[in-house]
Amino acid sequence: MSTNAPTAVHALSDVAASDSTLRRFLHGLPGVDAVGLEARAASLGTRSIKTTAKAYALDLAISMVDLTTLEGADTPGKVRALGAKAVRPDPTDRTAPSTAAVCVYPDMVATAKEAVAGSGVKVASVATAFPAGRAPLSVKLADVREAVAAGADEIDMVIDRGAFLAGNYRKVYDEIVAVKEACGTSARLKVIFETGELSTYDNIRRASWLGMLAGADFIKTSTGKVAVNATPANTLLMLEAVRDFRAQTGVQVGVKPAGGIRTAKDAIKFLVLVNETAGQDWLDNHWFRFGASSLLNDLLMQRQKLATGRYSGPDYVTVD
Amino acid sequence: MEKQTPVFEYAPAPESRAVVDIAPSYGLFIDGEFAEAADGKVFKTVSPSTEEVLSEVAEAGEADVDRAVRAARKAFETWSALPGSERAKYLFRIARIIQERSRELAVLETLDNGKPIRETRDADLPLVAAHFFYYAGWADKLDHAGFGANPRPLGVAGQVIPWNFPLLMLAWKIAPALATGNTVVLKPAETTPLSALFFADICRQAGLPRGVVNIVTGDGRAGAALVAHPGVDKVAFTGSTAVGKEIARTVAGTRKKLTLELGGKGANIVFDDAPIDQAVEGIVSGIFFNQGQVCCAGSRLLVQESIHDELLDSLKRRLSTLRLGDPLDKNTDIGAINSAEQLARITALADQGEAEGAERWSPACELPQNGFWFAPTLFTNVTQAHTIARDEIFGPVLSVLTFRTPDEAVAKANNTPYGLSAGIWTEKGSRILAVANKLRAGVVWSNTFNKFDPTSPFGGYKESGFGREGGRHGLEAYLDV
Repeated sequence: MSTNAPTAVHALSDVAASDSTLRRFLHGLPGVDAVGLEARAASLGTRSIKTTAKAYALDLAISMVDLTTLEGADTPGKVRALGAKAVRPDPTDRTAPSTAAVCVYPDMVATAKEAVAGSGVKVASVATAFPAGRAPLSVKLADVREAVAAGADEIDMVIDRGAFLAGNYRKVYDEIVAVKEACGTSARLKVIFETGELSTYDNIRRASWLGMLAGADFIKTSTGKVAVNATPANTLLMLEAVRDFRAQTGVQVGVKPAGGIRTAKDAIKFLVLVNETAGQDWLDNHWFRFGASSLLNDLLMQRQKLATGRYSGPDYVTVD
Repeated sequence: MEKQTPVFEYAPAPESRAVVDIAPSYGLFIDGEFAEAADGKVFKTVSPSTEEVLSEVAEAGEADVDRAVRAARKAFETWSALPGSERAKYLFRIARIIQERSRELAVLETLDNGKPIRETRDADLPLVAAHFFYYAGWADKLDHAGFGANPRPLGVAGQVIPWNFPLLMLAWKIAPALATGNTVVLKPAETTPLSALFFADICRQAGLPRGVVNIVTGDGRAGAALVAHPGVDKVAFTGSTAVGKEIARTVAGTRKKLTLELGGKGANIVFDDAPIDQAVEGIVSGIFFNQGQVCCAGSRLLVQESIHDELLDSLKRRLSTLRLGDPLDKNTDIGAINSAEQLARITALADQGEAEGAERWSPACELPQNGFWFAPTLFTNVTQAHTIARDEIFGPVLSVLTFRTPDEAVAKANNTPYGLSAGIWTEKGSRILAVANKLRAGVVWSNTFNKFDPTSPFGGYKESGFGREGGRHGLEAYLDV
């Protein structure tokens, strides 16, 4: 998959010239009022999406899922099962769309690639010493190169939160640039901020811009491995960031909330956020993803309910 | 992978009308009974979004107002003698019934007023119930409210309320009056009488003694008769400054106590270090909440010149996402203007803004065929010399002005005959405090706008009136202190 995002953004190329210019730029971004941000996210959550809009939203959400298994206990069998489900999520209804991708650890990329071969479903891999990111850069880059060599279409990298929180923005920037380079032209790069650890909304906005300046194709909330993962508010904030970034640079960047989105109702709320914040241009799985494992089944059950008028129950969707 | 995406069209999601049962006609509520007007006159109330006639309502004349005041006078003797804790029980009961019937009342209010259901459901009704709960809590604690021991009620309160928040303004008036031991005669606005009549039913449901609350429907003549009635001890009015002045003249020289909540031309000041995305939301809720038909609306946007273009781009993009249409649809942001008369006034003032050289902008937005509608409108290149920067428009029309320094912002914000509300947007806490202290406005919001709470006093400076409603301060208007 080629990408239209250049590695350095020309319009803002001198921003990253030094640690101090980068810091000045990031700290000069408009502040975020937490109360106002959360109120806006909550008010968009009251949109009533039903009938035709709901059918559209459910299929769109299914097509945006990065079906994920990130367990120490993952086996080739488990990954193959996940791949089959990504390609054909509802065996009882062939009209259900495929998910966007399956997301696995680097050592499972080849297996996953085989499982989804020919389907158009991408393979994403969490490289860069996921989820802590506490490894030397050389190790992280080797992790990425292995995953890309095994056929990963997308790399989900975690940033060095320690460096970010220490104010060492340039280090974070350089690592993203290096990883982006290691992705080459074949893999798109998703940059995970672990928003729960960044703690403030101002930090999340700064991290978003930092990631985009360094060449991220996607910005992603979290690993799903900490207490606070994707929320409507932090996703709204990141949507504002990609919207503003495109307005300034012409470069479009995708957004991926991950972790904790379990129900169709929640997923639809996120789609409303996309629709009313970044806009139509992001309502496509090239630009918006859900990092989730259990969300898909609820989307499928809601889809069956809409088609038949009845709730089926968990035995009518597959467990993988 | 790149594909053409169909548009995410929200399907219509109308709230059911079946939850509210509107009778073909309503009488006046006097001494616990519904009764026709003495001379049998009636008027029609219509739904502003469709122009459909909802019901016929009795039009009170002087004789009816007199009957209502006499009923309230009689009830005052027993009501004021009740222990505060007893009055509190009734108020708590009313508050709970309002919560139980809130869906019905929200739909009713949307039908009669034209405002979106998401506002009646999410803002009006929760606040209505909260006001009754809040003042119920005060009823047995008046000795500790800071007005001395055993403060006495005034007697009969004559209350006249507007059409923009029919039930909420009723709650602001009736809850403190009853908590302090007064009895009331309330005249709702001519275009929105229904929720007050439903409230009358709630009073009966709560077993409120007869005559404690009386509702007289009618136009300005009924209001004038109520204000002038010698049996009224206290007049409370919310509405236009012109009518407020008229009332002040009527009451002058009598022993009646008076509070007035009148017009406004609120300044919403955005400094260059403001949280831009949240400021945009605040500007939108400041002027487009309830179609701008809010006396404390932030109808003048004062933007620091350095961020003018950026902010206006964001604001215009945001306005393009507002959804105008059927107010009963849960996804509607902008409903109908309350009446043809109000629509004509807004239209005339907006036209004048254009004629005086301000630049007019509205998002692409289709207006329904029937009903009274006005698209959200922005005026840029506005100066203090423009009529639209001075006169209250009371509609979804925002005038954008610029400033360079905090002093200039304060000078411009205060340069108005009004003084009801203002807003400050900045990340700098010290600036919030410094600027807020210099603004001559009853309410100053910082990094938010149009937020209400029963514990917070509300009222104006200058031509925006005097007296405070809400909070502990709101008790004073109904006590002999």
